[in-house]
Amino acid sequence: MASYDTSDIRKGLKVMMDGSPFVVVEFQFVKPGKGAAFTRTKLRNLLTGAVYDRNFRSGEKFEPANVEMKSMQYLYKEQDDFVFMDTSTYDQVHIPSTTIGEDANFLPENLVVEVLFFHDRAVGVTLPNFIEQAVTETDPGFRGDTATGTNKPAKISTGASVNVPLFINVGDIIKIDTRTGQYLERVGRA
Amino acid sequence: MSQLLQARAAVRKAVRAYFEAEGFLEVETPLRVRNPGQEVHIDAVPSGDRWLVTSPEYHMKRLVAAGHCRIFQMGRAFRAGEKGPHHEPEFTMLEWYRAEPSLDAIARDCERVLEAAGVSIRLERTTVRDLWRKHVGAELEIPDPAPDGWDDGFFQTWLDRIEPHLGNTFVFDWPVPLGALARRKADDPKLVERFELYTGGLELVNAFGELVDPVEQRARFEAEAAVRRARGKAVYPVDERLIEALGRMPPTCGAAMGFDRLVMLATGAKRIQEVVAFPDPEV
Repeated sequence: MASYDTSDIRKGLKVMMDGSPFVVVEFQFVKPGKGAAFTRTKLRNLLTGAVYDRNFRSGEKFEPANVEMKSMQYLYKEQDDFVFMDTSTYDQVHIPSTTIGEDANFLPENLVVEVLFFHDRAVGVTLPNFIEQAVTETDPGFRGDTATGTNKPAKISTGASVNVPLFINVGDIIKIDTRTGQYLERVGRA
Repeated sequence: MSQLLQARAAVRKAVRAYFEAEGFLEVETPLRVRNPGQEVHIDAVPSGDRWLVTSPEYHMKRLVAAGHCRIFQMGRAFRAGEKGPHHEPEFTMLEWYRAEPSLDAIARDCERVLEAAGVSIRLERTTVRDLWRKHVGAELEIPDPAPDGWDDGFFQTWLDRIEPHLGNTFVFDWPVPLGALARRKADDPKLVERFELYTGGLELVNAFGELVDPVEQRARFEAEAAVRRARGKAVYPVDERLIEALGRMPPTCGAAMGFDRLVMLATGAKRIQEVVAFPDPEV
């Protein structure tokens, strides 16, 4: 496999460091007085999400990370696994719930997500930033009450609970930010 | 942009007024030279059968040797491949020399130049050894002579562990392998008379107690040339007139300040390109 050096560094480059795949999120040319040029980077570990600072000396070489992102559709849950289908090849993969973690809250059936493969093994999913879901359970709203500031819990099809305004009813379709789990707006009726 | 250009001109005017009031003579030295500066990690830009200067140091020292005890210059310097938020391949360097032995006078100049430029920050003082103890938790080992590549390890640690902690501070007493033109300290010959001034965590000034021993200077030039040759870099003829001039130089200190970075400080700019009318791709 061809290796990279510091002149290849750019945002989004995926590299192997200490046995884990990282993606470059920031980089900058630096050069201490009387010293060699370095590239200062911020790298995010693709497996853990942790971000590290790392300085590479000019010309330093490193290996590309054998990672691949694929668009896949979530089909159904089978015991402890989530089953996904590659939308171009129709291949199916099983991803254990431990890998999905809390993202399962905002992973309704048929949703298309980005699945990260590392050495051909699925190691993580990235949800779309926003999803639209019908409310399946909530206390009745109060007619005319469209004020903000007062909330109540509502359940969506995944079983997750979201804080919504009082005017939201069962069957309303709401938009949710999957990164924060927050309700954004009502977009219609099922 | 117009405001930034005016701020830049105002800083230039204030700097010039400071040095003139201190009795400095403003000088100009050649930009196209045979030996543009031969530090291992600085690459020069060719210009016909010569090179563009990476620093005006060699010619300014010849002026000091000729009897000009206080000189300054705000001029262009060129360094191939240096481009980033704090680097432009063509930039303005404020360089000055005082024919007196102590670096303290140069440190005072730095404080007063910052003041003149309207930058009010309190500058601390530390040393490389102290920073090593504090942030690396070990004594800095200095091999003398240092094997090729020792400095790369030094700067890896410097960038990883030390530089992120630097705010506004003079850093004195550098290892001898990192001061090819500086004289050794009398009380610790593994160190040289050199400081770097950091402002806002960024290097602003490099200053040397200048080496004026022609024999040692020739040996250090030859060692640098050998490393350059081994790495396949351009090797320049030793400037014999500089070597000869060193023998006549009084004890001298000199400094180089990144003028563009000074303007960044004065204006609050975050990138050097904000304070330059024509940054590199637009040249």
